[in-house]
Amino acid sequence: MISLALERISKQFGSLTALDHVSLDVVGGEVHALLGENGAGKSTLIRIVYGMERADGGAVTVHAASDYHGSGFRSPRAARGTGVGMVHQHFTSIATLTVVENIALFAGWREAGVAARRRAEAVVARAGLPLPMEQVAGELSVQLRQRLEIVQALAADARILLLDEPTAVLAPREVVALLEFLRSFAAAGNAVVLITHKLDEVLQVADRVTVLRRGVVTWSAPVGDATVATLARAMIGTDLPLAEHTPATPGSVVARADGLTLGRSAIAAVERRIVAIEGASFAWRAGELVGIAAIDGNGQHELLRALAGVGDVARLGGRLEVSGPIALIPEDRTTEAVIPAFTVAENLLFATLGSRAFLIDWPAVQREAQALAVGHDVRPSDSDVAMASLSGGNQQKFVVARALAAQPRVVVAEDPTRGLDVLATAAIHAQLRAAARAGALVVVHSSDLDEVLLLADRLVVVVRGRVVELPRGATRDQVGDAMLGVGVPA
Amino acid sequence: MTAAVAALRRDTVQAAGAFAAGLLLLVIFLALSGFAVGPALDALWNGAFGSWYNFTSAVLVRGTPLALLGLAFMLGSRSGALNIGMEGQFAVGAIGATAVALHCGSLTPLLAVTLTLLAGAAGGLLWIAVPVWLRVRHGITEVISTLLLTFVGYAAVSYAITGPLQEPARVYPESALIPVATRLPHLWSGSRLHAGFLVVVVITAAMAFLLNRSRWGVAIRATGTAPRAAALVGRINVTRVSAVALLASGGLAGLGGGMEVSGVSYALYQNLSPGYGYTAIAVALLGREQPWLVFLTGILFGALEAGGAAMQRDAGIPAVAVQVVEGVVILVMLLTARRRTA
Repeated sequence: MISLALERISKQFGSLTALDHVSLDVVGGEVHALLGENGAGKSTLIRIVYGMERADGGAVTVHAASDYHGSGFRSPRAARGTGVGMVHQHFTSIATLTVVENIALFAGWREAGVAARRRAEAVVARAGLPLPMEQVAGELSVQLRQRLEIVQALAADARILLLDEPTAVLAPREVVALLEFLRSFAAAGNAVVLITHKLDEVLQVADRVTVLRRGVVTWSAPVGDATVATLARAMIGTDLPLAEHTPATPGSVVARADGLTLGRSAIAAVERRIVAIEGASFAWRAGELVGIAAIDGNGQHELLRALAGVGDVARLGGRLEVSGPIALIPEDRTTEAVIPAFTVAENLLFATLGSRAFLIDWPAVQREAQALAVGHDVRPSDSDVAMASLSGGNQQKFVVARALAAQPRVVVAEDPTRGLDVLATAAIHAQLRAAARAGALVVVHSSDLDEVLLLADRLVVVVRGRVVELPRGATRDQVGDAMLGVGVPA
Repeated sequence: MTAAVAALRRDTVQAAGAFAAGLLLLVIFLALSGFAVGPALDALWNGAFGSWYNFTSAVLVRGTPLALLGLAFMLGSRSGALNIGMEGQFAVGAIGATAVALHCGSLTPLLAVTLTLLAGAAGGLLWIAVPVWLRVRHGITEVISTLLLTFVGYAAVSYAITGPLQEPARVYPESALIPVATRLPHLWSGSRLHAGFLVVVVITAAMAFLLNRSRWGVAIRATGTAPRAAALVGRINVTRVSAVALLASGGLAGLGGGMEVSGVSYALYQNLSPGYGYTAIAVALLGREQPWLVFLTGILFGALEAGGAAMQRDAGIPAVAVQVVEGVVILVMLLTARRRTA
């Protein structure tokens, strides 16, 4: 019998615990959905199963084309050899090769030409996933390109299929077709692990569901036992009580949008014309803490970057007025917020370069950096050590301190506590609250709903490009529903 | 600060080890090919360091363009842009300097030399302007465009010395000698070392100072190290910063060509540079992209080139043999650098 069992898998990235003793199993005939927010650890888990990452601890057992038991495959090649296949979020087929060439290459066939084509057609026919064999992969539609990924895995004799958010790129009707295929693939005795954050898909297709939150399994049961509400709760979290916070006394409006429509943040000019935020209108005031709750990819990234006035976000329509100075606390600390190879003082300097004289007064910069570090409990407080030698929490305290030192009128914080421990998180929260008290508008997004609820004076949900303000006193369930698009016009 | 000292010590030890490995391999090759190793090494050493004359007139004269072009590469690279085409900018700089120098014979020497060198820099600037434009406007990588323009630069020299700049008798593929007033003076009589060496020393000092102490330098380093952070948090216009750094890089390479004409060859030839533009990339990388280390590395490579020439002259060993040393040095340094970052 086909089966995959993961026992107590753990994985640490620096100070961040990505997976904490996660167990999951799936047997032939089953579709097992793996649910969780962005950063919950879903992708890490199946990357470990597919041999792309090594677990720090735990065991993997596979019965498929052959048997495996150990700490995890050493390579994707070893995983494929045992009958485990993966469909990635990004396409792995080679755009300039034909469909049949891609299949033969991926599966490592010796055949070429007509023989390869015949063999590929047999795979395609068995799976019921027709493909134009002689077409170049780069010319396929997104749906067919993804189908090619699946067929590639099947051609390599996969009996256990891992899919990482496969429906994210598909239109609704295409999603239905994919889910139907997964059911029929499972019905033939194979096993499927489906990563998604869409609850309706889980309820439609899965036999069992496991929910991850911050690297920990928060729910695992047959799908019949679950409702949208229980899954949402498991996904978004319930472990912190909703803290009492004193609403600020708001000042004048410092960020105003009228019918604001934004394009997607992308390198390609064509993609920048795809709508990410549509018709947003709001008026946010000085002294307010605006909490933005959103599941990854709903347009909040573009909204925040547009508010901060940086990045390659195109304004497609409407108006946006933000009073400066604006400070941004970017989501990716190590590539967007600090320069790890620079010293602490240099990290202050490059971020404040616009306000410096041509010749740098180093002693002054060092004094400022030192004062910043001491004032916000950044350790070590030596301004001449490399930023890379600070822990993630201390780096982030420095980043927030640096942003606030310029006394901005608007602070935009993107997931400011991701990967931080409890103490560092509390310190960042204190910094942000202090900024609001001092009269700044603080707009903070977190992938952790509890954090948003904890901080926000004004609660805003971004879902499918819509910016929706929830009334004061909205319950966590109401927010969770809104994040998933329940009750929000499509 | 102590970390910086430790890093410097480690770099020095590595560089010394790399040179030792290169020399050892050279010795092995010489022995296997049946050359007398002793006289060969003797010639190599004496050609470079055997006398004050050899050191100043052979080593420093060759080290000057290597150091300058190493600095030019470093400037682009520190901003995240790789100017692979310094050889071409050097060539076009030499054309520009020759063209202007031939008309400046009646000016006072200071003015004539200044104009000649500026023309060299302008030539290099012109030659890199197209790649910069392609990069900024169309996102075309400067690695390819600068390299390809090198061959166009060679062709331009070829055209110049058989066409508009050919010597009056129109026999040889070279320009006329440039007027005395446009020549960089020798630093003392009897030496071939020209004032361009001092210019490079000043440029090295200026770059060391500006990179660490000026807003420009910080903008360049931030852009080269972490362009996203520089743009998002520093609100630095990273496109402009690396464009300007690339332009300056091309200008310096062109200046190198101008100095070679004005200080060494006094005329434009086809093969004015024995590959300085490529060797200088290694010089910059081995110098860890630190101005004074790049300068010293340039001189060291100048010593290898001078020693190699002496080895050919005095011991009959092909000068390309020293390229074994250069090659091994580069490989060893890259391997150790790779291990450290991995």
